[in-house]
Amino acid sequence: MNYRHKIGCSLENLKGIRDFVRKSLRTHVASEVVLNEIILALDEMCSNLMIHAHHCNPDHFLEIKIDVPRKGKLVFEIIDDGEMFDINKFSEPSLDNLVHEKRKGGLGIRLVKSIMDDVEYLTRNGRFVCRLSKEVK
Amino acid sequence: MVHIKRLQEEGADILAIVGEIDASSSIELDLAIAKSVGEGFKKILVDCSALEYISSAGLGVFMSYIEEFRDKKIVMVLYGMKEKVNNTFQILGLADLLQIRPTKQEAKKLLNELSA
Repeated sequence: MNYRHKIGCSLENLKGIRDFVRKSLRTHVASEVVLNEIILALDEMCSNLMIHAHHCNPDHFLEIKIDVPRKGKLVFEIIDDGEMFDINKFSEPSLDNLVHEKRKGGLGIRLVKSIMDDVEYLTRNGRFVCRLSKEVK
Repeated sequence: MVHIKRLQEEGADILAIVGEIDASSSIELDLAIAKSVGEGFKKILVDCSALEYISSAGLGVFMSYIEEFRDKKIVMVLYGMKEKVNNTFQILGLADLLQIRPTKQEAKKLLNELSA
């Protein structure tokens, strides 16, 4: 099954993204903890894109696509006309550094990489696509 | 989206978080902790029993106070987390850096031990 959602790049819309992911997956993912992890990873990816690639401009849009196959991994795509924000190119700060520098950011990338099996980037029809996948038993 | 209630009990400031903390609302948590510190509290309890969701923005707020609390001898203990919220802290190993207890009673006990 496929689910789609389009949303403006305002941080106020993160709640809408979480509601969309929850609603789409509630019959497919039994564990509340796993469902929350997936919601968290999508929230982190979208907030990173909104802040770093779109500077929270609500007139810019992200499209989120969820593919739930009968077998195999769940696939999530964030489709974006803006600048690519490749988390694989960012080094993960150590927790010690985050504490010492009193940084409030940098944890999101660690979360996404811990939760998802794969994070890859591609272009399709001139648009950037960030594809995340996760095996759910 | 998030509401933070404050009340004082036995010399401790209790921050009860109600709702969800994400990149748009983490500032509320930051302001509430800053207010508690500004008012001179040395014991802070964070009631997470009505916290439904936290993203890295909220985790980052807790992390950003670790050194200041160490320097100012302020003790903060979080308690009452739902399993899904606790899991978010566990994924990053933050349970080793922050004081987290299952119940209010255990949190108060730890708070008093660490403040002694």
